[in-house]
Amino acid sequence: MTVDVEPRGRFSKFSWANPKFRSFVVQAALLLLLLLSFLEIWRNTLSNLESRNIASGFDFLSKSAGFDIVQSLIPFTSDSSYGRAIAAGFLNTILVASLGIIAATVIGFTVGIMRLSKNWLASRVAAFYIEFFRNIPLLLQIFIFYTVVLKGLPSAKQAFHFGNTAFLSNRGLVFPQPLFGEGAWLGIAGLAVALLAAWALLGWANARQARTGRAIPVSVISLGLIVTLPLGGLAIGGFPVMWDFPELKGFNFAGGVTVIPEFLALFGALAVYGGAFIAETVRSGVQAVSPGQIEAARSLGLHQGSTLRLVVIPQAMRVVIPPLAGHYLNLTKNSTLAVAIGYPDLVALGGTVLNQTNQAVEIVGIWMIIYLTLSLVTSAFMNWFNSRMRMVER
Amino acid sequence: MRLEDAPALPPPSNTVGFRGWLLKNLFSSVWDSLLTLVFGLFILWALLNMVNWAVINATWTGENRDACIWEGAGACWPFVVAKFPQWIYGFYPGDQRWRISVCLIVGAIALAAMLVPAVPFKKWNAIFLLFFYPQLTIVLLSGGNFSFDATTYAAIIFLIIVSIAARQLSDHVAIPISCGWGIVFAAMLVVMLTLDFDFGLAPVETRQWGGLTLTLVISVSGIVASLPLGILLALGRQSNMPVVRHISVIFIEFWRGVPLITVLFMSSVMLPLFLPEDVSFDKLLRAMIGTIIVSSAYMAEVVRGGLQAIPKGQFEAARALGLSYWQMVGKIILPQALRISTPNIVSIFIGLFKDTTLVSIIGLFDLLGIVEAGFADPEWASPNSSSTGYFSAAVIFWIVCIAMSRYSIYIERRLATGYKR
Repeated sequence: MTVDVEPRGRFSKFSWANPKFRSFVVQAALLLLLLLSFLEIWRNTLSNLESRNIASGFDFLSKSAGFDIVQSLIPFTSDSSYGRAIAAGFLNTILVASLGIIAATVIGFTVGIMRLSKNWLASRVAAFYIEFFRNIPLLLQIFIFYTVVLKGLPSAKQAFHFGNTAFLSNRGLVFPQPLFGEGAWLGIAGLAVALLAAWALLGWANARQARTGRAIPVSVISLGLIVTLPLGGLAIGGFPVMWDFPELKGFNFAGGVTVIPEFLALFGALAVYGGAFIAETVRSGVQAVSPGQIEAARSLGLHQGSTLRLVVIPQAMRVVIPPLAGHYLNLTKNSTLAVAIGYPDLVALGGTVLNQTNQAVEIVGIWMIIYLTLSLVTSAFMNWFNSRMRMVER
Repeated sequence: MRLEDAPALPPPSNTVGFRGWLLKNLFSSVWDSLLTLVFGLFILWALLNMVNWAVINATWTGENRDACIWEGAGACWPFVVAKFPQWIYGFYPGDQRWRISVCLIVGAIALAAMLVPAVPFKKWNAIFLLFFYPQLTIVLLSGGNFSFDATTYAAIIFLIIVSIAARQLSDHVAIPISCGWGIVFAAMLVVMLTLDFDFGLAPVETRQWGGLTLTLVISVSGIVASLPLGILLALGRQSNMPVVRHISVIFIEFWRGVPLITVLFMSSVMLPLFLPEDVSFDKLLRAMIGTIIVSSAYMAEVVRGGLQAIPKGQFEAARALGLSYWQMVGKIILPQALRISTPNIVSIFIGLFKDTTLVSIIGLFDLLGIVEAGFADPEWASPNSSSTGYFSAAVIFWIVCIAMSRYSIYIERRLATGYKR
């Protein structure tokens, strides 16, 4: 029996049934559409800028800003340029984000470990902390820190004080500022020598332990070096450090270093909020280490501390690091909420410049480029760290 | 000779019962007892302060701020009572507030019926929630009666005719345009007609929207719009067409890398620059565009996680059975991928709900914004108004977020049954 089947030849090169042709058409159309819409946006922007008399370009950055900044890590006066204002804002962002990351990590690891504690009460307190702070908007937490907690502190006259050297009031935190005189470099040199020595000692001790099996208490010796050498250096220089103590003058403090309440509120809220997320990550990371690993380590004769340090933490970190990188990035991005309480970060100062100069495209462009770069740098660093921590399979 | 085992001795009395529990969980060692003591004292202190502030020293009744100002006063509840309608309805005209209530009640009932697994008609409910309910809320909240111009209608009708004609033609030329497009455009026409129809409702400008209503409008529209967009972006990222893949990757990584607040600033100051001079968007719509773009980028990454967890064999089997790409995606891949990513999708919803508070920075009065605005009211400005207001707002946000996260845990357990061995 034969069936008449028309031979189905190859598709024509330009037939819709040819997948290659189809995908080419789709991609070309998409690209064309995208290009056209970008062109349209470009044209609209140019004509809009022209009708509003806004000159595009980055010339405004060198003009004098004419406003002051409450907290700046670089010298800044109202005569300084807009560009310098943005640089100061960038440094403030870096400052609050990096300190926030450190504090959130400390809180997160403490609470995460507490959540796994065998003590029922400690575990419940940690669980409450995590569930409470994770589910309240960060902006609300910043407002609460700023208005309720910090503005609720006593005035400068009745400030909480720590031995009359550091003061906490509704004007912020004031603490003594060290003024380094001549010969202070000896102390810094001592610190550098101590760090180098500790590093060398670690390498030597590891090699020795691998060779002979005998360990030495590296951490204690290193700590001793890092404390004594800088002090020794300073002693040789005759302790050339003066302290500028804050003093109450009128309604505020003079002298010392002042940490503004905006910084404290933002930093506190970022640390608490980020800490809650990190705690949850740490908990799941530790729980991901199978109990057999711990039992095996204990039956090999490792102490509880060594079990934790050599078996549990390295394996838990592998699970923890990728989400941890995400939390760090989020914390950096969340630091932009500074604008709500007036902490002079990149977005807040950029917004001020934007209002004064109307250079919306340029300012938003600067924001986006800086935050994108920060994100990419953080994730690149975390990827590198992750690849170092990864399990080496043999 | 004993033929039976000796009866087992009872367990030591310090390992059973309440005492045993205490010894095991709270006082197992000196260190443990110390920890319990410290935390116990801390909890006691915090609770006492809280109860003192919120209950014992609180002001419960009053007409204005004077009631809340006295030595050692705690929470100022009359402030919350007086402001509560505004927190929910914003600056919506008083005699029109029933419109918001209708939206909220209908939405709550439909959503509850959707979320409780035992209730039937899930498919019809989903169609109602995703197609009819948005129209209902747009018409009720804004008053409807949008005036679309004739060219827009002409364009849509033209598209319907083209789709139908192309469908007829496609049997002859090899361009497989399904009748799906015809249905999509016809649905758009129906939506336009509904929005254009004059129901006799007084128009309410979006400037007057606020409070929890605005928070829900922004977050729900963000959720509804970002899911399909995110799925498309995730599929684009996995596509083997290089142009589609690169565009998706750039879009996702760009919007995920920049903070939401800069995106909101961008949409409020730069979007007007991008559009022709005669076109203008209102402030709310601009904020919504910003949140939708950012949340769809986050959604795309979550859906990608789900897609990557599907074994390659599933794709190959679907293609081997002769399914087209969209059949494979719609019938085989997405049902599995979305199931895997459900918990993460819900956590994006929670994040989006919390992040809507950021619109208060660009001058919209969401729940947090309107609570803040209440502090400026001279009638109610007392030392405890702000702490009471923030506390109440925190409680509202917390309840909604914790409810979502509990539901996600519940649904995760329910969906996981198929994989339990």
